[in-house]
Amino acid sequence: MSIISDIIDSTKAIIKGMSITLAQIPKEKWTVQYPDDPVTLQPRYRGQHLLHVDELGREKCVACFLCAAACPSDCIYIIADDDPRPEEERIGVDERYAKIYNIDYGRCIFCGYCVEACPKDAITHGYNFELSVYTRADLLKTKDDLLITKQKQSPNYRVAFSDEDVDSEYKEI
Amino acid sequence: MLNLDNPLVFAGIKFLGIFVAFNAVLMIVAYTVLAERRVLAFIQGRVGPNRVGYGGVLQPFADLLKFIFKEEIVPDKSTKFIYILAPIIAITSALMTIVVYPFGPRVVIPFTDISFEMVVTRFDVALLYVLAVTSVGVYGITLAGWSSNSKYSLMGGLRSAAQLISYELSLGLSLVGVILISGSLDLATIVEQQGNRWGFGDGLNIILQPLSWNIFLQPLGFLIYLISAIAETNRVPFDLPEAETELVAGFHTEYSALKFALFFMAEYVNMFTVSMLAATLFLGGWQGPGVAQLPILGVFWFLGKVIFFLFFYIWLRGTLPRFRFDQLMNFGWKFLLPVAILNIILTATLAFFGVFQF
Repeated sequence: MSIISDIIDSTKAIIKGMSITLAQIPKEKWTVQYPDDPVTLQPRYRGQHLLHVDELGREKCVACFLCAAACPSDCIYIIADDDPRPEEERIGVDERYAKIYNIDYGRCIFCGYCVEACPKDAITHGYNFELSVYTRADLLKTKDDLLITKQKQSPNYRVAFSDEDVDSEYKEI
Repeated sequence: MLNLDNPLVFAGIKFLGIFVAFNAVLMIVAYTVLAERRVLAFIQGRVGPNRVGYGGVLQPFADLLKFIFKEEIVPDKSTKFIYILAPIIAITSALMTIVVYPFGPRVVIPFTDISFEMVVTRFDVALLYVLAVTSVGVYGITLAGWSSNSKYSLMGGLRSAAQLISYELSLGLSLVGVILISGSLDLATIVEQQGNRWGFGDGLNIILQPLSWNIFLQPLGFLIYLISAIAETNRVPFDLPEAETELVAGFHTEYSALKFALFFMAEYVNMFTVSMLAATLFLGGWQGPGVAQLPILGVFWFLGKVIFFLFFYIWLRGTLPRFRFDQLMNFGWKFLLPVAILNIILTATLAFFGVFQF
């Protein structure tokens, strides 16, 4: 009587599947209500770049062009300049500094090569991910947008602790 | 006070009844769509639409507004008249069956002696009428598929014609058992018979009252009805006519804006009427513990049963994958139909020996 055992087997299978889906309904959901609740980002998340300054507020960048050379999509544009003033009044830590430092976010692929190439730890990836703009020209970020002292940070994210397991945060409830 | 012999008064009362019933059903249907999206989301670990109004309660109206403001596109090489007629057939045949379902028992308005039955019209061949009108809905889908002049639509239309005709057989046959037991085609009579069939107590007991329901006399018929009803309404796992992974959207691929909304609404109204028929025939309609004492409770029992079926549909959609077309045909013709006939033979034999004389 194979047809009867077939019916019993498929009925069992359907009941098993239905009980699994029913058990999912009361569980905690994965969805993050994004603008209302902050998004949790990994510590090594690659967001908008940050240009760092030292403890005296001087830019760390020495305009060595290594980041621009490492960039696979040619999105970093630098013009170097010399600053002959004494050490305390300078814009940068060294005599040579970047007069213009632009990153075109229409081209940037967030690969992180510029951060790896930088010998002075002057450029790192920040956590800002809200990069939408209304015109394409606004995608070009200048030093005013990138410097850590001037960049506006969004309140909509939270950086996870290094030992925090972000991906399975909502899994086991 | 109210002279029911006056044809104008009679027509006015009927019109009021139809108006109330249609609007109530359409509201419930609108919220079925929202419930489906939310429950499916919950099953899949998401939240679902919760932005419009508190918890998304205004989402159906936002959807409707969106449909209204979309552009009406009529394909250039379509058969225009039939193309426009098809969604009208679909929604009309879906809505027409609502008038015969008993929503509740005879209710007396407090502090008056006016009583009315909560059914728009009560006539002898209600079940036959339901089956006949539901079958007309196939025309809507098939004509939509043909008149769009698109390969996907045509395939969807053909599939739905084949599927609906196949499963209508077992659907109709599964109901014969109930008719044999009750000896009537009138839905209101069938419901009244399921009140206190065995004479247990006063009908207040939560366990004893449901024993009078037809499901305990017709378990096989109920299962066959449930399966073929899902196929009749083109729902997962029998949603081959609109299988979006194979046929874009099946028969309504070329439809947009309000014409699409009509098909969408027809699908959900069909879902609702099929659930109402299941509740009426097998789960005792408005009968339930305490209805004999407090008649208005019957409406809530009825709606509760219907909502259970609607939830079951959504739950099933969240669980099962789609049939292949040959599997669907095999299942319908080689399994459901013989089992339905077996059920009729069993019931008829038992009825012949007087088992169902109450």
